Amino acid sequence: MKISVIVFPGSNCDRDVSVSLKKFSNKDPFMVWHKETSLPDSDLIVLPGGFSYGDYLRCGSMAANSPIMKEVKKSSKNGSAVLGICNGFQILTESGLLPGTLIRNKGLSFLCKNTPLRVENNNSIFTKNYKDKDIINIPIAHNEGNYFASENVIKEIEDKNLVAFRYCNHNGDIDIANNPNGSLNNIAGIINENGNVLGMMPHPERATDKIAGLSDGEKFFTSIIESLK
Amino acid sequence: MKSLVKIMPKKGVLDPQGKAIENSLKQLGFSQIKEVTQGKIIEIEIDSDNENDAREILEKVSNKLLANLVIEDYEITFPKED
Repeated sequence: MKISVIVFPGSNCDRDVSVSLKKFSNKDPFMVWHKETSLPDSDLIVLPGGFSYGDYLRCGSMAANSPIMKEVKKSSKNGSAVLGICNGFQILTESGLLPGTLIRNKGLSFLCKNTPLRVENNNSIFTKNYKDKDIINIPIAHNEGNYFASENVIKEIEDKNLVAFRYCNHNGDIDIANNPNGSLNNIAGIINENGNVLGMMPHPERATDKIAGLSDGEKFFTSIIESLK
Repeated sequence: MKSLVKIMPKKGVLDPQGKAIENSLKQLGFSQIKEVTQGKIIEIEIDSDNENDAREILEKVSNKLLANLVIEDYEITFPKED
């Protein structure tokens, strides 16, 4: 399995995610600089978290227009899996690979904490090793994670079952009290219609080692790697 | 020629900065302030002597990069040079 991690100026989770990917795939991912105009043949492309271009203009907006993104779009059309975590999710919405956008957290504060998520769709290559409605603990760390889209787009996402994860409490209750950032319908992550692109604000790569506290992200990475073998 | 692209949050989209400014102004005692919205203005010097041609290019760059039409609207103007 071949994996590429795209590195933008200001990415800061590129190393963490490559450690997690290597742990479960036993292979070093290619680290691809954003200025490259060609992409190594990849089954999975990862857009990591961080603050690409210092979040200038809008989070992810400059990165979405980086030279390498043309290739990422091309590969995703040809069926490669694309995963965007945190800033990577923002880049995916800004580049049109996923609908909607991520705006400032409702409470205006940067949020950095472990958050329970409910698995809403375990039929995807990214989530198949979870059970439906599993409650998992994954850290969030963002200032602009408030998922927003027009009513029509939200309806389409819900009707087509494209929500991968929702914020909840430890019992799996999904309501305003357990919505850390104001995201519509408590959306923490979505999948595209083809099922090969996923964006999420929480950081599964920070939950892949019990020594570091959390391991609920392990099934996320094993899902992808087993699916794409 | 000089151009301005004004980008404002769409009505109904969360605008925490505008709200914070509004609350600050009210706290300062300006009770007449009813509503504040914050957007941004981008000043662009463009190589064109024709407003129509310039506008066409500026619309393209606004759609492609400057504004996110999910949450923002934009307006292009050409201020008179001093």
